[in-house]
Amino acid sequence: MRLGHAAAAVMAVCLSAGPVWADEVVKFALIDPMSGSFAATGRLGEQHFRFAMDRINESGAAGPGRKFDLVVLDNEVSPEKSLVLLRKAIDDGVHYITQGNGSSVAFALTDAIAKNNKRDPARSAMFLNYAAVDPALTNAKCNWWHFRFDADSDMKMRAMSSYILTRKDLHKVYVFNQDYSFGQSVERGAKEMLTGKRDDLQIVGAERVPLGKVKDFTPYIQKMQAAGADAVVTGNWGADLALLVKAANDSGFKGTFFTYYLGSTEVITEVGQAGRGDAQISEWHANVDSAPIEEMAAAFEAKYHQAFYYWRVVNMLDMTAAAMKQANSSDPEKVGKVLAGMNFHNPLGDVSMRADNHQLLQPMFISVLEPGVKHVFPEVNMGFRTIGRIEPDQTRMATTCSLANPS
Amino acid sequence: MEQGLLVVLNGLVYGLLLFMLSSGLTLIVGMMGVLNLAHASFYMLGAYLAYSISTVVGFWPALVLAPLAVGVIGALVERYGLRPVHRHGHVAELLFTFGLAFVIGEIVPLIWGRLPVPYRVPAVLDVPLFALAGTAYPAYRLFMMLISLAMFCALFAALAKTRLGLVVRAALTHPDMVAMLGHDVPRVFTLVFGAGCALAGLAGVIAGNAFTTEPGMARSLGAIVFAVVVMGGLGSLSGALVASLLIGLVQTVSIGLDLPFYKALSALGITVDVGGRLHDLWLLSVNRAAPVVPYLLLVLVLATRPRGLLGSRSA
Repeated sequence: MRLGHAAAAVMAVCLSAGPVWADEVVKFALIDPMSGSFAATGRLGEQHFRFAMDRINESGAAGPGRKFDLVVLDNEVSPEKSLVLLRKAIDDGVHYITQGNGSSVAFALTDAIAKNNKRDPARSAMFLNYAAVDPALTNAKCNWWHFRFDADSDMKMRAMSSYILTRKDLHKVYVFNQDYSFGQSVERGAKEMLTGKRDDLQIVGAERVPLGKVKDFTPYIQKMQAAGADAVVTGNWGADLALLVKAANDSGFKGTFFTYYLGSTEVITEVGQAGRGDAQISEWHANVDSAPIEEMAAAFEAKYHQAFYYWRVVNMLDMTAAAMKQANSSDPEKVGKVLAGMNFHNPLGDVSMRADNHQLLQPMFISVLEPGVKHVFPEVNMGFRTIGRIEPDQTRMATTCSLANPS
Repeated sequence: MEQGLLVVLNGLVYGLLLFMLSSGLTLIVGMMGVLNLAHASFYMLGAYLAYSISTVVGFWPALVLAPLAVGVIGALVERYGLRPVHRHGHVAELLFTFGLAFVIGEIVPLIWGRLPVPYRVPAVLDVPLFALAGTAYPAYRLFMMLISLAMFCALFAALAKTRLGLVVRAALTHPDMVAMLGHDVPRVFTLVFGAGCALAGLAGVIAGNAFTTEPGMARSLGAIVFAVVVMGGLGSLSGALVASLLIGLVQTVSIGLDLPFYKALSALGITVDVGGRLHDLWLLSVNRAAPVVPYLLLVLVLATRPRGLLGSRSA
């Protein structure tokens, strides 16, 4: 009882001591791994959110007197834990949920948010997805409250596979992924888009490993070598990619890695010099020619002492802020109606949020890791060089989803 | 054939690494009757300390200094943490080590950050040793193996041949009698705990740069080390060796098997009805199940031999 009084007193103090200069604080709950194998990846995301929010709060981009605030919740990449955290966030009055690591988590969240919003419209929540790229999230499992700001794995695979097909020096492709919904969709996409397209190119192996469990990938690399693979297509991220490439270096594997997530700092430090020639598909990298983002990256690096990586987090929050300003409200339903079908101009060009499945269409870049480019990772003295830009409209895929605004 | 040899080599490296971790743990369990849940945290501490030391004086001094430092920390923990708790019984001790694992798990990222640290294999050993079936075999792996074997021999000799080893072995089974004979048993406990932690630290030093040194490394190995110790028999050093090698080899071999279970079993002379109720299980390929294998082995061993492979008391 006494504890209850004390807690109430503390809360009262906190509430009264809140910032008086802001008319409205919009809270965003970031539900991502902040401990365990993928803690490094989650923390990197958190820093980008703080950075992007500071910019918006300074410029007032979300509308006069409206500030963004971040609540960080550690889900250890567990869908079950994420649901508990989501409940807590909604109970605490948070209307904006954001998550990126693990499509398995995203499925649980999108489902729970749809149910919550139906049951309790007054406490509706919006799901801003910055990195969970299973195509089903904007197809079979799509939901009006979910908006995705990263290209889905099929969009990325289409770009990646068309590049692989042009590489006449590649003949044997090994597909290697993490064993959950995202990894499975990468594997399916790679098989669909690479099989039977070129007579001298075949898939010599496909394998999946449990998420974040394997520490020594050497046996897997040896299987790739035994299969004679000269290219590896992988959607692995975080430690699962870093250790895979490290094992490849140790075993003298000569093939090229075609990745989704090579550019994050923790991976680059492991890749080392041997990563030369490995490729990545992404919405941005440090050598994409854009002065405003280069400035942003420098500011991020000065503040957090590591390389800027999630351009899409900045873009996502900028778009959300613009939508709030336009809707003149932070009510998720009103903001969502603006976001659906929204056209937005960012330093890389025009991007648009599809109204039918809430998938962002944005320019994508295929790049390879090389020495002698303008911005290099100091750890390895190499950086990414763009070898192909894919325009937003070229990434548009057919969807089974047809969302309509709630009336 | 060459491919097979590689698989065996990998299994040995992994197995010996597991042994280095579990040897310290099994000694502590055997002697003090307390399952040190923070054991894998000392492994992590070893890797981080080795990283910090190696940035100043290089890898080779770190190879000696880091395990010593971890051993000293372990001994201090036993003397000032575990010993006062000892009289409250095993549950209190267990809870103490449980808490300790969390404390170390939080202190490490506070000091070194949450990102992996760039702890590297020394340049001398960062070369391919030989090539087999088109695969380079890193010299560092052989070095890991040699260190583990040297450590096993040293430990065995110390326990079997020295006077101190005699006292330790006696204190394992008859602590009261040893105390009556005028030996300082609590000090022997501190020594064994410190030595056990130092071994875990050594494992961290040589594994931290072969894999990654990151705050999650203790958690990922913790469970498997317990599996090894229980499987080998609590307190049995040779049991821990057998169990480590078994787990290391079986897990590595199963990664390489792209066969469905029913085919793998029929190679062993067991035929199963694929169409039956367990249809999905029989068609699952063995490599997909590789991460479960250690725990499966643990359950099998416990079901048939509850005291573990070479243990003398029941778990």
